[in-house]
Amino acid sequence: MAILSLQGASKSFGALKVTDDVSFDLAPGEALGIIGPNGAGKSTLFNLITGNLRPDAGRVMLDERDITAETPMQRCASGIGRSFQIPQPFDHLTVYENLLVAARFGGGLSGAAAPAVCMDILQRTGLSALADRKAGGLPLLNRKRLELARALATRPRVILLDEIAGGLTDAECVDLVATIRAIHAEGTAIIWIEHVLHALTSVVTRLIALNFGRVLMSGTPEEVMASPQVQEIYLGIEA
Amino acid sequence: MRTLVTLAIGLVLLTAMALVPVLGPRILVQDLFKVLCLLVLALNWNLLAGFAGLVSVGQQAFVGVGAYVMFATTILWGMDPLAGVLIGGVVAMALSVPVAFFAFRLNGAYFAIGTWAVADIARLSFGQWRALGGGTGTALPRDATREMLGVGAVRDLLGVSPAAAIDAVTYWLALALAAVMLLACWLFLRSRMGLGLQAVRDNPVAAQSVGVDPTRLKALVFLLTAFATGLCGALLFIQTGRITPDAAFSVIDWTAFVIFIVVIGGIGTLPGPIVGVLVFYALQQLLADYGTVYLIALGLIGIAIMLFARRGLWGGLIHRIGYDPLPLGHAAPRPPHPTQEERP
Repeated sequence: MAILSLQGASKSFGALKVTDDVSFDLAPGEALGIIGPNGAGKSTLFNLITGNLRPDAGRVMLDERDITAETPMQRCASGIGRSFQIPQPFDHLTVYENLLVAARFGGGLSGAAAPAVCMDILQRTGLSALADRKAGGLPLLNRKRLELARALATRPRVILLDEIAGGLTDAECVDLVATIRAIHAEGTAIIWIEHVLHALTSVVTRLIALNFGRVLMSGTPEEVMASPQVQEIYLGIEA
Repeated sequence: MRTLVTLAIGLVLLTAMALVPVLGPRILVQDLFKVLCLLVLALNWNLLAGFAGLVSVGQQAFVGVGAYVMFATTILWGMDPLAGVLIGGVVAMALSVPVAFFAFRLNGAYFAIGTWAVADIARLSFGQWRALGGGTGTALPRDATREMLGVGAVRDLLGVSPAAAIDAVTYWLALALAAVMLLACWLFLRSRMGLGLQAVRDNPVAAQSVGVDPTRLKALVFLLTAFATGLCGALLFIQTGRITPDAAFSVIDWTAFVIFIVVIGGIGTLPGPIVGVLVFYALQQLLADYGTVYLIALGLIGIAIMLFARRGLWGGLIHRIGYDPLPLGHAAPRPPHPTQEERP
């Protein structure tokens, strides 16, 4: 049984088809990577899953239940967490409060239970020392960590990571990958959009390559990366 | 600890202010009554605009409705004016439901204009109410306020004239309303919903993605502030004793001055409106004799603050000294034995 599936999802902005008949299933606890050139419709795909956009056609299913008509808030409460490509912290709240909001609302935790859960996540994402710092003043790496930490505080069963390793140094990236691996090891399903391929392939067990809103190829990371089509379109290498 | 200090100072100030009708001159009671009512309106507008992002220019609609309903219950149905205050608040809140239904379709400046239009429609509509004097308005019967709940007791207790006793009762009610409002704002903003509201203010899209419903929270704030604004409006016009549509639905008195107070004090901070109302009162005392020049001066000061001290007087002060006596934040719980690494 799939925890999350897209069935024939399509979305157009005017004449531009950004998502074109995309279908896939995500097994519980699976880690799925999504690659594709800029403008291939990766982030739009996430917005369709989280409910920030409604598909023109097709369905989004969570636990075999049709959630296409549900709001982002309802989907978050049902267990879909996300991080944004461009970090979107609550600037005037502290790092801890950023997580507290997520835990109290999306995570459905009580005022008594939430603080310990938030502190635990801060510890795991390396943000403990910054707990009482305003989120607006954080540098990029910590903003990325906060995106991940806040998404975790909603206690997701599926977490969507949008280019979370982009712009980080190699050392920072290694830390982040270790954190994501640990989250995956606990049974949280992951869908990860990423251009930093070595980071991505060290976690995911399956890759989907998108181009012009369509699924170009799906398979193990080795299969997909070896495909001449993917190399030509995504990496710009002449086959 | 910090909360306890603030609470203690607050209680001392509250007691001192409660003694004003006993010890102070009547003119001071009347002036402070207006100040307290403006404070209540400012706390409400601050909650709306400073925390929920709802920049309404139509709050006078709820002041006017509260006041008119209080007049109607007193004059037409012979009820105690204080019961009318409560009903005024409830009717104002009921009216805010259809207003929200339409106004929430608008954003930013459009929302501001929309609420202003609603308030003007209300002003014109209540001007048609013949039984309450139509466009020229009407006065509360003297007996109604003299027999108001508590007035007799205050007369006996303080040995003052009926008019002074009415002033004292309305003053104490305004003081209680302001104190309750301040406490309620603080509790609300520190609650789960208040935290959600501050998340929405910072980033509505991200707030949705962590499960916060922006529309629901904003609607809740809109309803609750309409209730408190209606109560305050009704109370204001018990003391005034006379009502006209233009006075009850005055955009200058009940919205423009209120915006000025919140902006100079510090929008989005809880003590901001208190500082703002004190500055406003001082300016009023200094400049009241100069007529139009007074309004021009207020406008210039407002613009200067917006340009050069965007956080307002209070907001700028706590930013500089780094101590907030009414903190809205949630400090992260510390482990009993923090490790070296975890110390900030």
